[in-house]
Amino acid sequence: MNLDHLLPLLVIASSLIPGLVIFALGEERRRARTILNLGGASVKLLLVAMMLWGVSQNHVYVVRFPITQSIDFALHADPFSLLFVTLSAVLWFLTTIYAIGYLEYSPHRGRFFGFFSLCVAATSGVALSANLLTFLVFYEMLTLTTYPLVVHRGTPESIRGGRIYLAYTVSGGAVLLLAMVWLQSIVGPVEFVVGGFLESAGHEYRNTFRWIFALLILGFGVKAALVPLHGWLPEAMVAPAPVSALLHAVAVVKAGAFGIVRVVYDVFGVGFSAELGVATPLAIVAAVTILYGSLRAVYQDDLKRRLAYSTISQVSYIALGTAIAGPIATVGGIVHLVHQGLMKITLFFAAGNLAETLGIHKVSQLNGVGRRMPWTMAAFTIAALGMIGVPPMAGFVSKWLLGSGAIAAGQWWVVGVLTGSTVLNAIYFLPIVYATWFKPPDGPWPHDHERGRFETHLWLLVPPVFTAISVVLVGLLASIPFSPLDWARLIVEREYRP
Amino acid sequence: MSAELAMIGLIALPLAAGIVAFVARRVAVVLTIGVAVLQILLASHVARSVFYQGSLRYEVGGWGAPLGIDLYVDGLSGLMLLMTAIVGLGVVVYASSYFAHTRSGDSVVYFWPLCLFLFASLNALSQAGDLFNLYVTLELLTLTAVALIGLAGTVDALAAALRYLIVAVTASLFFLLGVALLYSSYGTVDLHLLATKFQFDLPSRCSIVLIAVALILKTALFPLHYWLPPAHAAAPAPASALLSGLVLKSSFYVLLRLWFDVFPYADLRSAGHLLGVLGAIAILWGSIQAIRQTHLKLLVAYSTVAQIGYLFLVFSLTSETTVAWNAWSGAVYFAMSHSLAKAAAFLASGSLKHAHDSDRIDELAGAAQRQPVTIFAFAIAGVSLMGLPPSGVFLSKWLLLNSAVTSGRWSYALVMLVGGILAAVYVFRVVAKSLENIDPIASDPTATRPISPWMQWTPLALAIAALALGVMAYQPLGLLEIGAPFSPASGGGTP
Repeated sequence: MNLDHLLPLLVIASSLIPGLVIFALGEERRRARTILNLGGASVKLLLVAMMLWGVSQNHVYVVRFPITQSIDFALHADPFSLLFVTLSAVLWFLTTIYAIGYLEYSPHRGRFFGFFSLCVAATSGVALSANLLTFLVFYEMLTLTTYPLVVHRGTPESIRGGRIYLAYTVSGGAVLLLAMVWLQSIVGPVEFVVGGFLESAGHEYRNTFRWIFALLILGFGVKAALVPLHGWLPEAMVAPAPVSALLHAVAVVKAGAFGIVRVVYDVFGVGFSAELGVATPLAIVAAVTILYGSLRAVYQDDLKRRLAYSTISQVSYIALGTAIAGPIATVGGIVHLVHQGLMKITLFFAAGNLAETLGIHKVSQLNGVGRRMPWTMAAFTIAALGMIGVPPMAGFVSKWLLGSGAIAAGQWWVVGVLTGSTVLNAIYFLPIVYATWFKPPDGPWPHDHERGRFETHLWLLVPPVFTAISVVLVGLLASIPFSPLDWARLIVEREYRP
Repeated sequence: MSAELAMIGLIALPLAAGIVAFVARRVAVVLTIGVAVLQILLASHVARSVFYQGSLRYEVGGWGAPLGIDLYVDGLSGLMLLMTAIVGLGVVVYASSYFAHTRSGDSVVYFWPLCLFLFASLNALSQAGDLFNLYVTLELLTLTAVALIGLAGTVDALAAALRYLIVAVTASLFFLLGVALLYSSYGTVDLHLLATKFQFDLPSRCSIVLIAVALILKTALFPLHYWLPPAHAAAPAPASALLSGLVLKSSFYVLLRLWFDVFPYADLRSAGHLLGVLGAIAILWGSIQAIRQTHLKLLVAYSTVAQIGYLFLVFSLTSETTVAWNAWSGAVYFAMSHSLAKAAAFLASGSLKHAHDSDRIDELAGAAQRQPVTIFAFAIAGVSLMGLPPSGVFLSKWLLLNSAVTSGRWSYALVMLVGGILAAVYVFRVVAKSLENIDPIASDPTATRPISPWMQWTPLALAIAALALGVMAYQPLGLLEIGAPFSPASGGGTP
């Protein structure tokens, strides 16, 4: 076993092992835990960087263990895996810093950081899976490891939120299992192959494939929060802010969206999906989700709930881009996986800072808060403008590609959806931006915790500022090598290569 | 060491040790743990021999069939031996600490000899090559099981033990009657000879019905499961783990072996479908009952009722040859994984009961803070009970689902999926309760008794082993192929 086989395993181990050690450490070993957390996150970044370079040089990383005669556990690193694994490695590093600042003085930290690491290990596993079975293993592991994080506070509301979360995700997992077993019973072990491979499976299965496609999307759609499977997401908001950031930007919803892309591109194939007539319904569901999520977001006064509905809406850009058969829209959808992650994590970091430092949870309490917390709110503003799609920020790039890709594919209605969504984005983000900077404060903040020389704890401040800067940079420098857009183009070129 | 010696040793060693432990009570604990460790070595040796040399047959005393007693080991028996050894060691280690801490009366000293007799009879049963041996070992097993259930000495326990005794003795009578009928028809009780001679005439049919009913009663398939929940809940935790993990599996093993190796299963299709339907009902009924329980041990016991249902799907799903191997190996693998997971769940609930002095689920609030390892063990065992990856149960569910879907039995597939979701409901009911925060004053550590490290870590070890079965399935499944019916390796089995 050489490094090529070892690297995918090491990427997963770099968060799995720290997670297990943290459980063993116990509650009081703060310094050791911090070293493990940041050490694991740094090692992961390094390993991912090595793999990123290798894959760009067409290097192949595969590792495979037989479980039964016909079932393998297999990991591989293709460009699309790397897009996701890089995103999660980078954002995990920042979220770890943030979580240490956020939680180091509250109870059950050992448990929290243990599951936190396991959750990221599961996400890396999802990214690196080479076949559907391996994917399912990590996908379910993600459900199990995020549950303790969602109910972390142990209050009746969080237990309830956790129950709803499980009801959706466990049922979704069951549907997924059925779909995978069904598919495997027809075509044998399902490996992810660029361009898909079902087209060659014979004409008599077409109708069956439609059903399987629907079940697969149903299973992934729960985590990707497609309407009407989105009900768990606003309820899971009871989790602590770093967990929300993780759920929304890196792990859970992204795993669902990632699964949808994998199914469309690497199992069914774009052309075959369109031929079966399943791509357009998916596009419609995604479009409905985009508009519905935005619309609901407008009416939320609770800041985190507003962001949650915004996530429901924004994640469906990925599904929309996937469902439109055309290279440009696909690039838009895939690059949005990264862009949405960067923007959304910034917003959640900022919301967490407001709650933690000033005790602000509602949109109506935000008047004038920009003067008290300028750095946090500057980051929030940049991310919000990015979400709306103001150039030159990240969101603009993805929306532009989605729109022009849809036009290129002759799907004009998508432009209408994008415009409508943009207007709604502006309606629920601009008043916040206006109120924080231009309105006078209503009075003292609910719970103003002074935290040293900065507006809040430094560990809470650095991550959002960093991600906000990156939101601008990935937009401005979208065309340089190794930018998310460049990488998405690489993925799509391989996908559409004749 | 020759494999034959190991086969004999697996029976003789615990039997002899049991007699010693009965007399010399002071050394009983050490002796039992020692035997349990040796048992692991012997069972692995036998399994390895089967893996490399194929099925083993040993004629005790050199008499040979039809006169003598034959021991026969194939892949299935090998796995049974391994399962008994692993679960046995876990339970014994746990019990040494459990009985030192709980005051359950003087009768608990009998746990050790009973435990050894149980190992001896389980090992003999897994290796039995003829019907009469199967009967004797099953009977010995039943008697030790009755004693284990009544060990706690409470009124509930004695009532449950008595009820089990009546059920089990009735079942044994049925079984004996079936064996007698077969013997009078064919003049032999050797499984291999019977299989070659078997004809589907009236006396044989009667014997099949008698034997099947007996074994279904002992395995507690719905609707004959009524004796199980009180019995398994009333026994001390280590005994419950043995009963749910091993004893039930042994009667299932006998049925499986007879059905596919001796009986003409192709002619038993409609009976097989009936068993499958009962299994499906058991999955739903047992899970719903488990959800409704207020006491942890009863919840775990009803979960057993549900999980037994999955095993019986095999009798229906093997009716199509293309999927028969997946169904058969899936069911066996399910039994193995469930043994480990259920033993872990019972041991963990025993620890929680010891700590809280009650096993009401409502009183578990805050348990994740006070007994994190035990709750973790229960949750990991729960991953297996739910059939989520990467557990061994997940893999067996995958195999069973595959055969159900491929042969178009959608209702079974749906039942299995719903069963998984219902299992998630009852597992997470417990886990969610334990994660509830309690106010710092009430969380005074003196409110609960501490759990000794052995009682914390053995359930976790068993639960992790159940998880590991899903990841390391290649070799166990390879072992299972040897001498098995429908096996892709041997192309059909002969006992």
